[in-house]
Amino acid sequence: MTQIIVVTSGKGGVGKTTTSASLACGLAQRGKKTAVIDFDVGLRNLDLIMGCERRVVYDFVNVINGDCTLKQALIRDKRLDSLYVLAASQTRDKDALTQDGVERVLKELAEDGFDYILCDSPAGIERGAFLAMYFADIAVVVVNPEVSSVRDSDRILGLLAAKTRKAEQGGKVKDSLLLTRYNPARVEVGEMLSIKDVEEILGIPVLGVIPESPDVLNASNKGEPVILEPQTPAAQAYEDAVARLLGEDRPLRFTQVEKKGFFSKLFGG
Amino acid sequence: MGLFDFLRPKKDTASIARERLRIIVSQERGSRGGPDYLPLLRRELLEVIRKYVSVDLEAVKVDLVRDGEHDVLDISVSLSERDEGGSAPA
Repeated sequence: MTQIIVVTSGKGGVGKTTTSASLACGLAQRGKKTAVIDFDVGLRNLDLIMGCERRVVYDFVNVINGDCTLKQALIRDKRLDSLYVLAASQTRDKDALTQDGVERVLKELAEDGFDYILCDSPAGIERGAFLAMYFADIAVVVVNPEVSSVRDSDRILGLLAAKTRKAEQGGKVKDSLLLTRYNPARVEVGEMLSIKDVEEILGIPVLGVIPESPDVLNASNKGEPVILEPQTPAAQAYEDAVARLLGEDRPLRFTQVEKKGFFSKLFGG
Repeated sequence: MGLFDFLRPKKDTASIARERLRIIVSQERGSRGGPDYLPLLRRELLEVIRKYVSVDLEAVKVDLVRDGEHDVLDISVSLSERDEGGSAPA
């Protein structure tokens, strides 16, 4: 059975594409045949984060329009054999994505034996975001511990509960939160919403908590999804999230302030 | 920093964020799924009522309730105690 996962948030810049790239790599690392699709028509970015921007020949809209086959448009990842990327179109025509077209592509991927399809949603609640979530089985709502992001996430949760195929058929998309840019030190001094705060306000559990870290920008600079830098805390936190997606039980890490030694306590830093 | 940390006042803005979000999220969830005209209707009703009675911003509640076959527009206005003796119609 193919599982369709939408990575969404409402608000822009919270880490949807970073998360899509890392979750897709993590699933592929575990041998799952995985496709990750950029739904942000007009603002293609997933290819850059995945480091395959120079290998894009055909895109999602080309496949929908029948300009090429799905096989021609899927970019096989150079690091992981079972991982494929489908780039967004750079067209300015926002109506280029159609519900029928998206359904056909997802169906063909399922028939090709893909285990997971990740839909990287654009920001906002327009057509692209709607189509990215419409066919989903699982939703990963990316949220920063910050007021506007939390509010927008709640809006998205409302849409997931009403405007998806699952909802229309009387079912429910399995939704979860992924907290990014989490800074335990600021939480401890009362400058940032805690995991518990966000969980309580939104009423759904967290799938993962990614600590705020310079490693994320360094990874995107290189076109290397951060999960592929296994020594970094962000990578380990994403690995945990992947494990939980697959049903494993993992305790949260990097959510407490590290205990400082006597000298750093005395002199700061 | 370090040794003199205790001299810095604690800001605790997170609790303000938490309270603000609690209120706005529950308010927005309440109006979710209802017709788009409800918030506007509520605001206009409030303006009309305030011409005659002084009421809180939260005094007017407008909901669409399903009652069997029908949708019922449920409008309730709560008046504060001091206005009750006056000419305010309930």
